[in-house]
Amino acid sequence: MTVAVWAGVLVIGGIGAVLRFLVDRTVSGRVARPFPFGTLVVNLSGALLLGFLSGLALSPHFALLAGTAFVGSYTTFSTWMLETQRLGEERQLWPAAANIVVSLVLGLAAAWLGLWIGGRL
Amino acid sequence: MTAILCLMFGYDGRELTAVFVGGALGTLARAGFETLAAPDPGRWPWPTFTVNIVGAFLVGYFTTRLLERLPVSSYRRPLLGTGLCGGLTTFSTMQVETVRMLEHQHYGLAIGYTSVSIVTGLLALYIATALVRRVRVRR
Repeated sequence: MTVAVWAGVLVIGGIGAVLRFLVDRTVSGRVARPFPFGTLVVNLSGALLLGFLSGLALSPHFALLAGTAFVGSYTTFSTWMLETQRLGEERQLWPAAANIVVSLVLGLAAAWLGLWIGGRL
Repeated sequence: MTAILCLMFGYDGRELTAVFVGGALGTLARAGFETLAAPDPGRWPWPTFTVNIVGAFLVGYFTTRLLERLPVSSYRRPLLGTGLCGGLTTFSTMQVETVRMLEHQHYGLAIGYTSVSIVTGLLALYIATALVRRVRVRR
């Protein structure tokens, strides 16, 4: 693992986070509801993409940079949990439960679909 | 690039930079962790699980502290919440790992990994939030 690869991880990780921020802001800005659609869009698109990359036979360095660094940073578990917990605090229990179930079911489906497509190529 | 985003869409340069820096550091930590164990659909993915739970705890700590205890700042939350915790944790890796477990017929592991991640993540967040709120506001 060279310094150049780790520098790549840093920069690409930063880019993934910024892209997540932008997508989340854009989606949230369009949808008037308090439900965290922004994070949902980010996480589902990321799951699809990572599934796809994982389905391809990538070299370890490419997998590290594109998969772990970019998509891993692009998606988020912490924000997903935070938004769920805050919904729960506001007594929005059904939206909180929906945030978990929908993210999970569609996330797994997206990952599976990505893997399937990637595996075909 | 940042300048274009700021000018065209009214984004705050400090905010974007903070997200970038936090995200870079969080990602580096997570990538480092993931080199510790080779991916194995038959094994509990300790690296991903660990960073996700730690990140969930930290996001609860930082967000609560920054919103409810410290003076408002334009860059701390994007740096530590969106950036660091967002980069440190990952949803996509967790989903792909789970799908691989299911593909290899490790159904119990898949269900266990998913449910334990969510329950522990929410618990870590709840505890972090509660800990911050126990500290009295300083005047």
